[in-house]
Amino acid sequence: MDLSPVWLTLKLAAITTLILLLIGLPVAWWLSKKRSIFKIVIEAIITMPLVLPPSVLGFYLLLAFSPQRGFGKWLSEVFNVQFVFSFQGLVLASVIYSMPFMISPVKSAFQQLPLSLSQASYTLGKTQWQTFWHVLLPNIKPSLLTAVVLTFAHTLGEFGVVLMIGGNIPGVTRVASIAVYDSVEQMDYASANNYSLILFAITFVMVISVFIYNKYQVKSPLE
Amino acid sequence: MIIVDIEKKLKTYTGLQVLRIKKEFTQGSITRVTGPSGAGKTTFIKMIAGLITPDKGSIITNETWFDSSRSINLTPQQRRTGFVFQDYALFPNMTVKQHLEYATNDMQWIDRLLKIGRLDTFTNHKPGHLSGGQQQRLAILRALAIKPKLLLMDEPFSALDIKTKAALITDLQKLFKELNATIIIVSHNPQELDGISNDEIDLQ
Repeated sequence: MDLSPVWLTLKLAAITTLILLLIGLPVAWWLSKKRSIFKIVIEAIITMPLVLPPSVLGFYLLLAFSPQRGFGKWLSEVFNVQFVFSFQGLVLASVIYSMPFMISPVKSAFQQLPLSLSQASYTLGKTQWQTFWHVLLPNIKPSLLTAVVLTFAHTLGEFGVVLMIGGNIPGVTRVASIAVYDSVEQMDYASANNYSLILFAITFVMVISVFIYNKYQVKSPLE
Repeated sequence: MIIVDIEKKLKTYTGLQVLRIKKEFTQGSITRVTGPSGAGKTTFIKMIAGLITPDKGSIITNETWFDSSRSINLTPQQRRTGFVFQDYALFPNMTVKQHLEYATNDMQWIDRLLKIGRLDTFTNHKPGHLSGGQQQRLAILRALAIKPKLLLMDEPFSALDIKTKAALITDLQKLFKELNATIIIVSHNPQELDGISNDEIDLQ
């Protein structure tokens, strides 16, 4: 069995989770503070991938980054970067598609912390950054872990978006979910079963681990 | 000397109510703030600390902390008031000692505070493993750790038994004198601070 789709999937999920951790934490913190119409709009956009058919998102990403036109052409000509049918395209699509799984639980956790924790830190002379790092972040650890695992597991299972923007190039964009589909198309049920079992096992172990770690108090990404 | 002349609209069950306070606090004084629930006691001390912004007025110490007419509004970090929160606002991830180390690097001062608060045998305990009274004492010690010139306390003794309270207050009074700090204490119990406070504001 060719294991490259599995490795590619794990690599994609790891990179996506890392990027989303870096982007998601400050965005979730910002969203958790005082509400405004602007923030509600931003949050709605971030949440859209939860309800939007993945093929729709993939279609628009394909159009936006097509090297034949507009922004995609400019990226290709100026920076020699191509997002369509490439691994970096998969990363970009995955970051957008999995964003609500990182941001929603973390934002919810920040909101549940009493405001007085930050205020106490400020009266001790600490900056917003010191407060975030030493007080807020350590106290949302269980939710952060949930967000990381959900993001990773969700990226493992992507299909529509990655197929639209990445296609099915072995070793480059052929991730495990696409390998399952491709094997079924070729009536190779044994390979399809192997890929499916590996994905099932990895995601199950991850989700059950986080449930046990958080003592059954894992929050839904929609909370 | 702290001169406060501020105004803030408060939302109450009966509609909007305006909180107006004009008061001078002499350095080293201990002032008790009393009043019924919802009168704005907590809002008042949070406005002094810079955690809530008054609608208008001024707060002047040896520098101007707030002046609506000149758009001056120092941050809580710049004001550095010691603040004891009613809900203690302890950091669940930190031990007793880490709370104080987060506030100051002065280890001798930390050791002294721990002894005064009778928490020197609980230094490695996190708030979740402390009693209500111990948590309240830790909140007071943390506020004192920065050696504030102005200490604002919101119901700081409500969870302490009479004996512990009396002992703690005696020790705290010595510290207040040593720091020459101005103290403003919110209390719903008028008798609680008898013989300690030398001034009073009644918010009605």
